Amino acid sequence: METTVQQSITLERMVHLFESNRQVLASNDTALLSEIRDKAFILFGKLGFPDTKMEAWRHTDLKDSLERGYDYYLHPLPEEDVQKVFRCNIPHLDTAIIGQLNGWYVSKEVPLMELGNGIIMGSLAEAKKKYPALVDKYYSRATGDTAEVFTAMNTAFAQDGIFIYVPAGVKSTKPVQLINVIHHYENLFLQSRNLIVIGDNASLSLVHCDDSYNQQASFSNIVTEIFLGENAFLDHYKLQNLNNNSTLISTVYFQLEAAANLESHYLSLNGGLLRNNIRVLFNGTHGNADIYGLYLMDRRQHIDNHVFVDHASPDCTSNEIFKGILDENAHGVFNGHVLVRRNSTGTDARQTNKNILLTDTARVNSKPFLEIYNDDVKCSHGSTTGQLDSEALFYLRQRGIGEESARMLLMFAFANEIVGKIAIPQLRQRIEDMVKKRLQGELQICEQCVLHCSTPEQPVEFKIDMSKI
Amino acid sequence: MESDSNKIIGEFTQGDYKYGFVTDIDTEFAPRGLTEDTIRFISAKKQEPEFLLEFRLKAFRHWLTMTQPKWAHLHIDPINFQDIIYYAAPKKKHQLENLDQVDPDLLATFNKLGISLEEQKKLSGVAVDAVIDSVSVKTTFTETLSKYGIIFCSFSEAVLKHPNLVKQYMGSVVPYTDNFFASLNSAVFSDGSFCYIPKGVRCPVELSTYFRINAANTGQFERTLIVAEEGSYVSYMEGCTAPQRDENQLHAAIVEIVAMKDAEVKYSTVQNWYPGDKNGKGGIYNFVTKRGICKGSNAKISWTQVETGSAITWKYPSCILLGDNSVGEFYSVAVTNNHQQADTGTKMQHLGKNTRSTIISKGISAGKGNNSYRGLVRITKNAVNSRNYSQCDSLLLGSQCGAHTFPYIQVENKSSIVEHEATTSKISEDQLFYCQQRGIDMESAIGLIVNGYAKEVLKQLPMEFAVEAQKLLSISLEGSVG
Repeated sequence: METTVQQSITLERMVHLFESNRQVLASNDTALLSEIRDKAFILFGKLGFPDTKMEAWRHTDLKDSLERGYDYYLHPLPEEDVQKVFRCNIPHLDTAIIGQLNGWYVSKEVPLMELGNGIIMGSLAEAKKKYPALVDKYYSRATGDTAEVFTAMNTAFAQDGIFIYVPAGVKSTKPVQLINVIHHYENLFLQSRNLIVIGDNASLSLVHCDDSYNQQASFSNIVTEIFLGENAFLDHYKLQNLNNNSTLISTVYFQLEAAANLESHYLSLNGGLLRNNIRVLFNGTHGNADIYGLYLMDRRQHIDNHVFVDHASPDCTSNEIFKGILDENAHGVFNGHVLVRRNSTGTDARQTNKNILLTDTARVNSKPFLEIYNDDVKCSHGSTTGQLDSEALFYLRQRGIGEESARMLLMFAFANEIVGKIAIPQLRQRIEDMVKKRLQGELQICEQCVLHCSTPEQPVEFKIDMSKI
Repeated sequence: MESDSNKIIGEFTQGDYKYGFVTDIDTEFAPRGLTEDTIRFISAKKQEPEFLLEFRLKAFRHWLTMTQPKWAHLHIDPINFQDIIYYAAPKKKHQLENLDQVDPDLLATFNKLGISLEEQKKLSGVAVDAVIDSVSVKTTFTETLSKYGIIFCSFSEAVLKHPNLVKQYMGSVVPYTDNFFASLNSAVFSDGSFCYIPKGVRCPVELSTYFRINAANTGQFERTLIVAEEGSYVSYMEGCTAPQRDENQLHAAIVEIVAMKDAEVKYSTVQNWYPGDKNGKGGIYNFVTKRGICKGSNAKISWTQVETGSAITWKYPSCILLGDNSVGEFYSVAVTNNHQQADTGTKMQHLGKNTRSTIISKGISAGKGNNSYRGLVRITKNAVNSRNYSQCDSLLLGSQCGAHTFPYIQVENKSSIVEHEATTSKISEDQLFYCQQRGIDMESAIGLIVNGYAKEVLKQLPMEFAVEAQKLLSISLEGSVG
């Protein structure tokens, strides 16, 4: 049986699925990967699915999401219009695009591209066959023995995903855009696995989008491992635009060697239930990680950002800024955890979470958590929750700006601290527009897509009557 | 400077607990272990009314269904709850009427601690309800207070003399089902203090109680209940020192505060139980449930604590802000040294409109100590226009210690503002250099900086306590810098 149809996600279903399809799942595995898969399956069975009694899932209840019925496929689905996947690109931005449809790599030309400068991009399943040594070296090294059920489940079941390898010393000039699109006419449960390796002194700019094409419910469990070699640089963008029936559990493991530099941006604009597990490990000294997050949620949307920064090496710096605007019945959760280990002297860690609640039915749970075992550190965290500053609002209105516009301006200014950090100008412009649209409530679902991606770009402006000023 | 500071740390960590001595008083023990019989024994011993025995038994039966919580950031050796003596009372020779009749050994103990009943009675105007082990030995100023209608007596006495008040309020803030240690306390509590301030009365003196664990292997389970009627005011102080012991001693207390409309209760604690020796051997296990409720509008409850003792501190003085416009405050300084562990903080539950809370927590970790702040600020949907400000700072002295912050923030309406900030760092070398440059030696400089760091909290303490607290801080931390 290669497919199970419209069943809820339970331990029994998954155990049965694994046991009866072990061969199919592991068909591209090397001996080592096969072993890792079996181990992960045992761990998955031990852990089981989380409930809200567990500290890490206290404020995120997966019950409804798991209980829905989903199809699960062990092979890629035929897609009549592959180009659809690639429609979601950013205008005027010259990128190398790699697409994923329902978790499977979509080949435009070949399953694995080898560029002139040594960069390899493409399907992970293919990479397992073609570069077994390379995959063996990194696969599951960052996830390690993490006792996290969704990582274990992913390791046990993942068949395909994206593989990117940037050799030492290579500076990728073009940003790589990784588009993961969910498009199916039934509810879909998918798991994909990405492996990204950036060699010593290499650099990469990666835009990673999660999109859905229709209103069909989905459950995605995506694990990404990203390795940054010594002195490597990664400019990482995660754009999440899923429909309101989708559940996304995205777990990204960043492992930074000495003097590696990570800039990560999490921009969550839409989605039913989004859970971002972000784990950063400093594996060498003098590493730096900046993690920025922006979430704009409304209706009954739920966003949960779980950030764990492990200062396992001395002299590293980390900076987290997460900001959110929550409207209607939205629920925002921030859970930051900074661990400074015994020997990690010279650590500098910062954590900030700011929320604006627009209604009395929106909720926020914030837990900026510091765990410090060393005295030679500078650590701080801050968390605020409130509403728009009434004085600032008054100031703007006094100058003839209507209340609605003034509120928009202030919200946009609030969001702009994060948007402004985007280093790629075209992307920044695009996100600015999207944030503006989102704040004006215009980011409605068109027939094809959540995002108006294919519609021609029109600059978005706030409607301020200049003549009154 | 490195070797200097090492030397100072060495000297300090090897310093002995100043208050370690045992007073030899005849004690009457309950049989070791905990069964319904133990509870009946305690209840009978104290000639308690039926309702209290029932309460204890209900709590005990509930406790049996519970397990010891493991969520705190603490390493606790397993506690054998059957290997504890749950009741010990100094044998009463005869009814006491004045200080002269108090056991001279006891008086000497207090004098060694610097708490002279006579002096306090005569000079400082503080009424003292001194508890040694479990039974209240001497209550002073009761007469003066009774003039105002204030009831300030031991819990056992209140049970006998004011059963209706006790029945009405006991367990109303901390129910017997609340948590593992609260259930245990509800089952076996030995004694404690009871305080009732009638409507519109401003208590003219600071009420104070000294607790002291005395007999070896005796868990102490006090229970304090403070009821402040409409428009009243009381400032209550609690302080503890305990003698040196090799075996861990268990201490599970409950403090309940009820503040009616316009009432204000200020509760201050200096906790200096025996922290264990420098190898982490011995020391008090301190599991305390403290909670106050602002029942009426404009009520105010303020907790101030200076925690320097205990091997393990597990304590979260909390406020339920039920009345509109009510105010909750929490000021804390917690020091951990050697192998001490503290997991302490507060919960502010905003239920009423326009409620306000302030949290200032200052943690200081030295040696191999681990200090955690754990707090919850919850603004419910109906608590519109509420305000919270939290600040929890940690100071680390030495590379072997740990400082952790677990703030939980939950906001459910749009008109409230919650702010939380925290920093963690070691003593600023610039500040140390500045002081030393001006001829202030290392040790004094650290004392100075630490006291400055904790000043925001210390200034909240009543005068009588502030001196002791500052002294404690200096003793605890002189010279320990990494």
